[in-house]
Amino acid sequence: MELSLSPDQKLLQESARGLLEQEYSLDRIRGMEGNEPRWSRDWWRKGAELGWAAAIVPEKLGGGSVSGEGVRDLAVLAEELGAGVAPGPLLPVNVVLAGLVAAHGHGPGHAAEIEALVAGESIATWAVYEPGREWTPSDPGLTAAPADGGYVLDGVKDRVEDARQADLLLVTARTPDGVAQFLVPASASGVTISEQWTVDLSRSFGEVRFDGARVDAGALVGEPGADGIVERQLQIAVVVQCAEVCAVLDRAFAMTTQWAFDRYSFGRPLASYQALKHRFADMRTWLEACHATTQAAAAAVQADSPDAAELISVAKSFVGERSLTILQDCVQLHGGIGVTWEHDLHLFLRRAILDQALYGTPADHRLRLADLAAL
Amino acid sequence: MTDSTMESVESFRLRARAWLAEHMPPRDEAPPPLVEDDAHEWERARELQQKLYAGGFAGICFPREYGGLGLTFAHQQAFTEESDPYEMPLMLNVPTFAICAATLLDMGDEEQKRDRIGAAVRGDEILCQFLSEPSGGSDLAGLITRADRDGDGWVLNGAKTWSTSAYAADWGLCLARTDWDVSKHRGLTMFLVPTKAPGVTMNRIRMINGNREFCEEFFDDVVLPASAVVGEVGGGWTVASRQLFHERNALGGGSPFVSGRGEPRTMPRVTPPNAVRASGRADDPRVREMLGEHLTLTKVAEQTADRVSRAIESGGLPPAAASIPRLLHAEAVQRGEDLALRITGSNAATGTGAGEGMGGRTAIGYLMRQSASLGGGSTEMSRNVISERMLGMPREPAPDRDVPFKQVKRGR
Ligand SMILES: Cc1cc2nc3c(=O)[nH]c(=O)nc-3n(C[C@H](O)[C@H](O)[C@H](O)COP(=O)(O)OP(=O)(O)OC[C@H]3O[C@@H](n4cnc5c(N)ncnc54)[C@H](O)[C@@H]3O)c2cc1C
Repeated sequence: MELSLSPDQKLLQESARGLLEQEYSLDRIRGMEGNEPRWSRDWWRKGAELGWAAAIVPEKLGGGSVSGEGVRDLAVLAEELGAGVAPGPLLPVNVVLAGLVAAHGHGPGHAAEIEALVAGESIATWAVYEPGREWTPSDPGLTAAPADGGYVLDGVKDRVEDARQADLLLVTARTPDGVAQFLVPASASGVTISEQWTVDLSRSFGEVRFDGARVDAGALVGEPGADGIVERQLQIAVVVQCAEVCAVLDRAFAMTTQWAFDRYSFGRPLASYQALKHRFADMRTWLEACHATTQAAAAAVQADSPDAAELISVAKSFVGERSLTILQDCVQLHGGIGVTWEHDLHLFLRRAILDQALYGTPADHRLRLADLAAL
Repeated sequence: MTDSTMESVESFRLRARAWLAEHMPPRDEAPPPLVEDDAHEWERARELQQKLYAGGFAGICFPREYGGLGLTFAHQQAFTEESDPYEMPLMLNVPTFAICAATLLDMGDEEQKRDRIGAAVRGDEILCQFLSEPSGGSDLAGLITRADRDGDGWVLNGAKTWSTSAYAADWGLCLARTDWDVSKHRGLTMFLVPTKAPGVTMNRIRMINGNREFCEEFFDDVVLPASAVVGEVGGGWTVASRQLFHERNALGGGSPFVSGRGEPRTMPRVTPPNAVRASGRADDPRVREMLGEHLTLTKVAEQTADRVSRAIESGGLPPAAASIPRLLHAEAVQRGEDLALRITGSNAATGTGAGEGMGGRTAIGYLMRQSASLGGGSTEMSRNVISERMLGMPREPAPDRDVPFKQVKRGR
């Protein structure tokens, strides 16, 4: 967490906490199996009223951030949702908004879509992954062929978050003029969506097939060949993921520390054994480092600074990997109870596995760092 | 000086940029030479510091009355960024400025601050630390070097070891026992000892990498005046605690008294980027991923030092939190050594002809892999600090606690 939140940010944080506590206890999340939707539109609309889809949208497009620093506000929200491993399309909606806002003024405006998303009346998600492929947003296999003043889309996307609940899909595609993104209604003909298994109980993902799906030129987001927009979307996704995971780690670490004081073995609390104390010290250190790098990344993305690309990759590479180390250590220090379904730890571990996997694995981001270092 | 009259960081930065370009030599990018006798490097560091002083860019965060500029950490950071392409007297950063002068600033009397900090800022004097002893470094408060009163002054007897760059130093901050009738932490006093005083014998110790940076010292009836005492008589632990705080802060990268970036040239350490350049394997994805990991860890260590020092300053975290960047720094250095060795691959085992070459230098750096997690207090001690003082976990049992030191069983 940022060391000092402004009063407005505290309010944003408290209102989010209130809404989450009402609806989503960890017990309810533990029960989320099967195909039913993880969240209701009503609930998301309430969140939107509290600003969950407005932070990174400028006021002239109907948005607004409480602190004037929307990316940091978004990170505050992501922490709240992460702390409760909450469901909801915070990441997909904000990532799409990041793209629409960045593209605004280049190509079709999408002002009405932005407004509906900000109000929580519409849901959008980013369709960027393709089956069997790692993070390669600039090299999509899905094609968009120009036809009749519009485009025809053919190909398959998967790992699309909330695909079945989304109204709009932001699709990366290959065009003769370079990579482009299209805002496609999920209900368009030629679009088929099917459920995908997901490790995180409160999240859902889908596979989306495009079979000769037609869109008009107004569906374009920005202009073909403009990769700065995809980069911006990635940056927002990583900030949300890392902030979410920081909060997950805070909770898991607090639970585990408490456990170390309460659990006795050989007549002493676990917390009195140096071998374990040292592991707690390491975890505490990595936790602080996760917060430090996440906040540095959020600040850089907020400021649109030239090192934002580097700093989000640093954050994802570190948080993505270290989160798993910390959480598995939390499981280990709990002993057998740590691997039971009834215990809360796995809910946190599930979210961390998901967040490290998507939008570039730690390994992908390390390769990106080497590229950025031009060595 | 009030804030309203203080030069802005931006203006300071621009002045520094212009001055540096005109006066400081460009940095030599070549990996550092392996030298056993680095006397000329020290001479060079003093000269560079004198240059900085003459140009008005020395001791940026030290108060004006002690020869510094009385500016903020932000000014220092701006200067460090600007000075990156130039050679800087990095050898003076640790321990002289970041540890010893910083401790004197907190705990010394007016005269000590004026004289010793002033001389260091001018590039005239170098300081070192006499803390560790042959009988143990982690148990610092268990030391047995003694100082006995003699009239107004003191007589010092005992031995110190592992003191970095003491051979080049003019003064050492020496912790000694002055009262054997009280418990171990309460009977200590800190002294400023001239390294060339009669009765001081100093030997240089050869390290695994061939370097002779470490020293050991023997004190035989070294006579010290009353003015040599830093802080209170019997209050040496308070001074040492401050010193250890500054040491951790310096190692973690959060010290405001460090000017310039990176390691002194005398540290024969090959970084992963240098290993990548030398290996010719820059296109191997395995190598690129290792490089990315190194870039991540070094950046995160920096970001964390920044966050933690801000938090300690604002009271958000206790001073004990300085152990956090200390641990991360050690991890980043260790992992950097591992990665450099792996990037160098089969070339780490043999040299280029009769010389060690870059591959050999990587291996030599790797020999010293643990130094960053031992120097400045071991990482085990840092972990004790974090678990006990930040997380409130039970302290390790200690049979010597609250026992008069003369009754404490030492050794086996
Ligand atoms: C590069 C470098 C520079 C140095 N510079 C200086 C200097 O300038 N001045 C100076 O005075 N000293 C200096 N030192 C010495 C340094 O402070 C000591 O080496 C360090 O404090 C450890 O003490 P020791 O070597 O006596 O090891 P010991 O105290 O004998 O410890 C040996 C091992 O046991 C572990 N250990 C000890 N006690 C515990 C415990 N209670 N719990 C868990 N583990 C424990 C230690 O962590 C270590 O791994 C330097 C050391 C290095 C490596």
